[in-house]
Amino acid sequence: MNNDRRKVFMTAGYQTVSMGSGRKEFHPKKPRPGLEDYIKEAGQGTLKQIGGGQNVDEGVISNFMAARFNRQGHLAALIPSVDETLRWKPCIRVEGACGSGGLGLMTAVKSVLAGTADVVLTIGVEVQNTVKAIYGADYLAGAGWYKGERKKGHVYFFPALFSDRAGATFEKFGRDKTRRAFARWYRNAVENARLCETAQEFHNTTADLEALGLTEPNPRNFVEHLNVFDCSKVSDAGAAIAVVSEKGLERIGMSKSAAVEVVGWGQVEADLTVPPEDPTRLETTARAVKKALDSAGIALKDLGTVECHDCFTISGLLSVEAMGLAKPGEGPDYILDGQTSRQGTVPFNTSGGLIGWGHPTGGTGVRQAVTVWQQLTGKAGNWQIVLPSGRPYALSINMGGNDKTVVAIVYRRAD
Amino acid sequence: MNYADRLENVAVLGAAGKMGSGIVLLTAMEMADLKLEAGAVAKDYVLQAIDVSPKGLSGLIQYLRDQVLRAAEKKAVGLRKAYEGRQDLVENEDIVNQYVEDVLSVVRPTTKIEAAYDAGIVFEAVSENPELKVKLLSQIKANNTKNALFLTNTSSIPISELNDKVKLDGRIIGFHFYNPPAVQKLVEIIRAEATVPDLADFATQFAKKLRKTVVPSHDVAGFIGNGHFMRDALHGIAEAEKLAADMTLADAVYVVNKVSQDFLIRPMGIFQLIDYVGVDVCQYILKVMNDRMPGAKLHSALLDRVAALGVLGGQFADGSQKDGFLKYGKGRPTGVFNPDKKAYVPVAEIAARRDEKLGPQPAQAKPWKQVISLADKAAFLDGYFNELREMTTPGAELARTYGRRSKDIGLGLVKDRVAARDEDVNTVLLTGFYHAYGPINHYFD
Repeated sequence: MNNDRRKVFMTAGYQTVSMGSGRKEFHPKKPRPGLEDYIKEAGQGTLKQIGGGQNVDEGVISNFMAARFNRQGHLAALIPSVDETLRWKPCIRVEGACGSGGLGLMTAVKSVLAGTADVVLTIGVEVQNTVKAIYGADYLAGAGWYKGERKKGHVYFFPALFSDRAGATFEKFGRDKTRRAFARWYRNAVENARLCETAQEFHNTTADLEALGLTEPNPRNFVEHLNVFDCSKVSDAGAAIAVVSEKGLERIGMSKSAAVEVVGWGQVEADLTVPPEDPTRLETTARAVKKALDSAGIALKDLGTVECHDCFTISGLLSVEAMGLAKPGEGPDYILDGQTSRQGTVPFNTSGGLIGWGHPTGGTGVRQAVTVWQQLTGKAGNWQIVLPSGRPYALSINMGGNDKTVVAIVYRRAD
Repeated sequence: MNYADRLENVAVLGAAGKMGSGIVLLTAMEMADLKLEAGAVAKDYVLQAIDVSPKGLSGLIQYLRDQVLRAAEKKAVGLRKAYEGRQDLVENEDIVNQYVEDVLSVVRPTTKIEAAYDAGIVFEAVSENPELKVKLLSQIKANNTKNALFLTNTSSIPISELNDKVKLDGRIIGFHFYNPPAVQKLVEIIRAEATVPDLADFATQFAKKLRKTVVPSHDVAGFIGNGHFMRDALHGIAEAEKLAADMTLADAVYVVNKVSQDFLIRPMGIFQLIDYVGVDVCQYILKVMNDRMPGAKLHSALLDRVAALGVLGGQFADGSQKDGFLKYGKGRPTGVFNPDKKAYVPVAEIAARRDEKLGPQPAQAKPWKQVISLADKAAFLDGYFNELREMTTPGAELARTYGRRSKDIGLGLVKDRVAARDEDVNTVLLTGFYHAYGPINHYFD
């Protein structure tokens, strides 16, 4: 990567509550905040920390499927609804399925690099509890190849794609240990979420999470190799962060100690119409992570925390292997050894990840950046970890579809 | 004739009623499923939904649409497979909507009884009135072109009696769903002595395909379900009348209803259950049973008195509860009927003066809803009833008497050979009445 580029920072992150089943205040039949409310709350949450909308040069909004979940397109024009000073400024909406957030961050990063902006307000949002899960599954299936895959696909299209990956993994490396690793992943996710008041599983009180995680899958009502605890939930949430240049930091009066620097990234696209060559590997994720680490000039041993895209326990496990932390087939041991837990070598998903915090699909990438920013700048409240010494870097991995769009970003504290 | 052929043309009588609409729903779904299984070679399945009320029939269609939609959403995994040949149906929503359409297209709502003349199966679910049932079945039998088999949803009238009066030569069987049929798991199957084996086989297979729990009952008026419920209700009424020596009748009704619900961990108190079934329906059933069991004393003057005042309970078309012995707000009792004043006394007012005297529930009490889903339900119930046994409060005493009477009723049903074994009585109360435990137990010994 070109090293004489401008420096890019992120700061002033904000996340709303991840609303949906699991939250005490959630009632499927009662009125709830809508898309506009989450955009506003998240956007204003960031603007308040950076001196208001007049300091913003551009707006980016990441979203996957508001056109179906909320019957709303044209989201760029909702950015000015956050604050009237944003009116007449350049805004753009970015879509890459569940990787939309990562693409939004990269869009903002590139604006800063191009020098067309010094402060970019980046918002990610998805509001999915507007329909029953069975119809939401149709909408989310849009992250796959509709023409080639949907008809022969399952009712729960995406859970089934990852169930197939789980099945292939069971066959290759053994079912029992892999399922125990899934259950441990679930437990870690919920235990982390219990520390973070905005997390969807914050109110979870289950005593034996691993036993629950080991519930046998029921293919009659769901998919063959995964149970519902292996899946992230249906979430409504928004997140926002400011992507800024050095000049931008000055403009908003933010010290470097309250910002993270983006030191490397990998943005990789696979062909939507081509099925994965090896279902037990996340090849696109592996490529994106390698690019990100190479561009940052660091190695795995430098990472102090990771936000990975655990839309399912199997994707969490395969991410560990795709990163190279464990060899193919050894991810379960790595997880069962506790290495991904908050006490582990590299704590993963410290506010719960997609399974514990929630998965507002198109907004998740931005939420991951917010969690990283919170951890690196000491703003993580009860879910704060202390980065192991000699490991100052963090990595986020945001994946769209069945490992098709992946954005991996490497961060470190800016001061 | 095989099972699928028999279901080709079905008539349901009383199709818009509480039970009839559920029977139409389950049968039409079964017919649509058979059609889907058969694919291109499928026959034309027809369900004649017959009812005297045109308004009821339009309500039936709305009910079916809502219920089939919910059922389709639940079984969507199987439906995607069933429709895999239909290239035009891609999304879950397409498939679910198609299934709703396929089920509804089987159903032909009509007010004309003539529609049953070509039916191979006639399912009767009209009101619990023996003369009416005999009249309608006779008319169909006289005109039916298919030598139809008859299933009756009667909850009390002996099947042999219907068989003899309609001269069906054994082409009738009791197939008693519980309310609401779409939800309750239980079906009581009652063979008359003359019931032809073919029909018994069909009924068994039909119940199995609907995934119901089948309990065979002997052909004695009231069968197992009402055999227990009616006597249990009469016990509750008698207890209330006894208590009314020292308090108002409304207070006594409140006390017995509370004890039978909370202390006995049942889904509803006995007076709420009477309201749910309908005060007049209970009256009918008691009369049917009493007329056929001389000396059984299955009669309640209080029930007659309240019914005569037009206080009938039962449900509105939307399923919400009508006022009866109790008054309801959002499904919960809010008042108790005082027949002298023909007015409801607020529950809160009675509770304030009665609850303390009644005494507390055992300390380890949990609501019925929690208890039924406890993993260690048996252990919980043992502990709970052990505690209840040691208590000397009026509430505990009433509860013990109630539990013992309930057990005696159950044992009586086995002794009188209405039920073949204790377990059958318990299954009926567990699955048809959603009790947390069967009446034949050791909790009150």
